[in-house]
Amino acid sequence: MTTTPLNVEALRKDFPLLARTVHDRPIVYLDSASSALQPHAVIDAMAKYYETTHANVHRGVYATAEEATHLYENARLVVGRFIGAPEPAHEIVFTKNTTESLNLVAHTWARTNLLAGDPILLTEMEHHANIVPWLMLAEERGLELRYIPLDGEGRLDLSDLETLVAGVKLVGVSAMSNVLGTINPIAEIARAAHANGAVVVVDGAQLVPHAPIDVTTLGADFLAFSGHKMMGPTGIGVLWARRELLNAMPPFLGGGGMILDVKLDSFRAAPPPARFEAGTPPIAEAVGLSAAVDYLSDIGMDRIRAHELELTNYALARLDEKLGSDCRIFGPPPGLDRGGVISLAYRDVHAHDVAQVLDQFGVCVRPGHHCAKPLMRKLGVQATARASLSLFSDEHDIEVLIEGLVEAGRLFG
Amino acid sequence: MGDFDDLYREIILDHYRSPRNRGELESPPAHRVEGFNPLCGDEVVISLLVEDGKLADLKIAGSGCSISQSSASLMSSAVKGKSVDEVHQLIHTFKGMMSIHEAHLGKDGEAEEPVAIDPNELGELAALQGVVKFPVRIKCATLSWNALAQGLDEVAAEAS
Repeated sequence: MTTTPLNVEALRKDFPLLARTVHDRPIVYLDSASSALQPHAVIDAMAKYYETTHANVHRGVYATAEEATHLYENARLVVGRFIGAPEPAHEIVFTKNTTESLNLVAHTWARTNLLAGDPILLTEMEHHANIVPWLMLAEERGLELRYIPLDGEGRLDLSDLETLVAGVKLVGVSAMSNVLGTINPIAEIARAAHANGAVVVVDGAQLVPHAPIDVTTLGADFLAFSGHKMMGPTGIGVLWARRELLNAMPPFLGGGGMILDVKLDSFRAAPPPARFEAGTPPIAEAVGLSAAVDYLSDIGMDRIRAHELELTNYALARLDEKLGSDCRIFGPPPGLDRGGVISLAYRDVHAHDVAQVLDQFGVCVRPGHHCAKPLMRKLGVQATARASLSLFSDEHDIEVLIEGLVEAGRLFG
Repeated sequence: MGDFDDLYREIILDHYRSPRNRGELESPPAHRVEGFNPLCGDEVVISLLVEDGKLADLKIAGSGCSISQSSASLMSSAVKGKSVDEVHQLIHTFKGMMSIHEAHLGKDGEAEEPVAIDPNELGELAALQGVVKFPVRIKCATLSWNALAQGLDEVAAEAS
């Protein structure tokens, strides 16, 4: 890597929550894949907004209402530029989270374009958010669901892609697995999908916060991600889509803000993105997300990715060195197609017990099925304990994790 | 580590490592009921044989964390051979022990009347009292108990 390394010690001071202790030990936050922590910059931006500016957007003509509208619409531009959106003002839709963004696509684009018998192609490693909306639509419309299988190392097995993608109208794929850390070859899948006339819906919840993304080269037609996983607040998510797709889509939720005109017997929908943002939007959250994007951009996504890649490799090597075959790691071996998500099983200790012991060490990990039950079945486990890295994670965090795992082995062994 | 040691008491670890009444009974005549914790994927399968108003036999299958598995094992030892009425009373008492803490948290606003726990009545089950300090784990501890209550209700419904 040719990037300048992060000064993690200095960056850690940006996160007030890292100053607290848990069970009299410094917190070791290894759960950013669930939800990231917020830097002062985000918390301060939201507090300042509420203290100086708050008003509803797109409504009032008074000064603070104008300012609030400007901040909200500016957030759209900031977020759009962050992912290389060619026309951010028209292509960025604010939602509640990734889940709502994906449901939006299912309810609008897919409802309009998919008919009984049409196949949809997903993957076996999808989060429930990129399976259940399609299952619901399949039930309603009689669609056929197909899945790209996994290979033995937790990558997508694309050997039958041409067959699987034939006749498909929509391909839904995660840019990075929230369980395995696998970074998927979206461009390659998208080429096959587009050759068949399918649109590509990418769940970017895990990758967008951790690596440089450019939608003009990614291959996606739709990209969904969440604010809170990229150090912004909860309650705001993003859907990016190509402008012509959004223009042709019917509204999602009905209400104020998404119309041009309403009569007693009809309505005319507003153009995108307003068409998809009924009701008062998450204004303060957009301000916070905008600050989070500025924070990440100032550090540099390439540097963040390089840091997390190096630390992932360190963690995988140390887990192997210290725990050997006692610790089973899911997902691909160290490499460029792996993000900082480390799912593990320690001996036969249940993930909940592992996580409970780790909590005594101040270590925050996520136990469970990670909203990916089909993947869990495929892996042959009920649950895993997942440690996930962030720009503020360091080697010490990994050492405390290992210390806790050894204790779990002692207690339950 | 006081609360933590209270959670993983030796009796609990013992029942986790050496679960009692493991397996399944032939069904029928036994009744089979499944319990499921969608949050963590823990599963419990209870086979229960009710004869002459008594829980003549039961077996536990399934898998999950130490709390759900030890609770199921402790439960099986406690209820086997008891009358159905006594089992219902024990389920009520056990769930009362688990919900005291919820009342302290004021989750539903109104604090419930704390259920008086008679340690003699609960015996080894009292070891699970430490779970109430870990609200997330209460569902693990009550999984098998809810399944047993459901199973007894189903048996009663079939008989009537």
